[in-house]
Amino acid sequence: MVYCIGHSIISPLGEGSHANLEAVQAGRSGLKLYTHRFADVEPFCASLFDTPQDFVPLCIKSVEGAITNYQLQITNSKDTVFILSTTKGDDLDLITPAKAIVQHFGNPNAPIVVSNACTSGVCAQITAMRLLEAGLYRHAIVVGCDIQSRFIVSGFQSFKALSPEPCKPFSPDRQGLNLGEAAATIVYTTHPFIPSSVHPYWTLEAGSIHNDATHLSAPSRTGEGAYQCLMDVMEGISADQIALVGVHGTATMYNDAMETIALERAGLQDVPKSVLKPFFGHTMGAAGVVETILCAMQAEQSQIIKMLSGFGGVNAAIRLRCE
Amino acid sequence: MRVIREIEITPTSVVRNGQPIAVEATGEKMLVELYRRFAGDYPKFFKMDTLSRLGFIAAEILLKEPTANGQKPTAIILANRSASIKNDTDYMATISNGKYYPSPALFVYTLPNIITGEIAIRYQIQGETSFYILDKPEDLEQILLSTFNLQPSTSALAGWCECSDANTFYAKIQIIWNN
Repeated sequence: MVYCIGHSIISPLGEGSHANLEAVQAGRSGLKLYTHRFADVEPFCASLFDTPQDFVPLCIKSVEGAITNYQLQITNSKDTVFILSTTKGDDLDLITPAKAIVQHFGNPNAPIVVSNACTSGVCAQITAMRLLEAGLYRHAIVVGCDIQSRFIVSGFQSFKALSPEPCKPFSPDRQGLNLGEAAATIVYTTHPFIPSSVHPYWTLEAGSIHNDATHLSAPSRTGEGAYQCLMDVMEGISADQIALVGVHGTATMYNDAMETIALERAGLQDVPKSVLKPFFGHTMGAAGVVETILCAMQAEQSQIIKMLSGFGGVNAAIRLRCE
Repeated sequence: MRVIREIEITPTSVVRNGQPIAVEATGEKMLVELYRRFAGDYPKFFKMDTLSRLGFIAAEILLKEPTANGQKPTAIILANRSASIKNDTDYMATISNGKYYPSPALFVYTLPNIITGEIAIRYQIQGETSFYILDKPEDLEQILLSTFNLQPSTSALAGWCECSDANTFYAKIQIIWNN
């Protein structure tokens, strides 16, 4: 069994998971219009830190936020593996910042970077679950982080994927996504010590990754990969046992249509959904970690699913049991 | 884990299951030569960046002949050290030095996992596709072991697929059966 014993979110909405949850519950959004943040790009709406952040220090601060809740020192242990979820890392370099983070914490193990496009934050948790279930480590620290740049904004604009105003997931007049910045960390362990100060916590029950095998930059019209992920993580349980589905909900025309089809095919159309992009934008490698934490914090004594899809035709889902 | 096939590609050599395959060209041109010999019917190859061409060619050579039991791998699990840096650099050049012509055709390849999607589409593999960035190829071993541990039936096209520029690349990719 794989338990979450700590988590943390740093975003433009605040520092700490609870500060971010309160911001969401109060209806505050990090989305703003930026006209001069990066040279040449058209004005864009995004959720960015007021002061541009450096990648490695932001990740370190996020990890520190997730381990302050308990006394046991695990960051420097050979029983602990660091798993970084990011798409663009520190100025396009992914392995060097990962090594800098483990070095900072004195961790002796080689870090793992998951680079599976927008699904990375959920895939990284699946990687953690597998390594722990196989007995290769006792603890896994999953860090999701992405910083926005001229590179990324220009690319999404060239795809005409960005909405000029705050995104409207699942709305008929949705115009596209907003980008965002965040760092978030989840600490998983097979060692079932749950300090009373950490509440709520959850167990990671199942995870699945499937490719649509249809298109590199557009999802399957039948939601095939996402549907197969949902069916995998629901194996042995029924839809009425799921209290919440944290969907991707990027507010692009194709993603939201695809997710709607996949959810209907899996019989999850009547289960409440959580859509967080209007608050944080699409935080890329951080999205799966940020959204898993916030969905889990809103659930009690129930099971929830977090799903994501991304470029390369990849889809991922996990099921959590929240205490 | 049982390795049933293996391909190793450098800018000057190709070795399949321990047997060298003779090539005339080197570097990126060699990948085109291999495309013409082993595929030839997939013009989308010419839209791909070098990393994707490398992985695609490796998969073509590995999967060209049906496996003994006729099955194709259910998962594609690849890793490298430099992510998509070669294509990132190419994309960067379209928005640098006074130019600003960001290209969606280049931008789509600025993610390393795109190659896993390319192979999934080519062979209609709807199982897992994963891409990892690691310091060294040996670090992939624990990931494969733990993936197979939770999914006893999985077989995979798995290995290292690295490209830092058009003529500097290395692939060592295997078909692995989990029995």
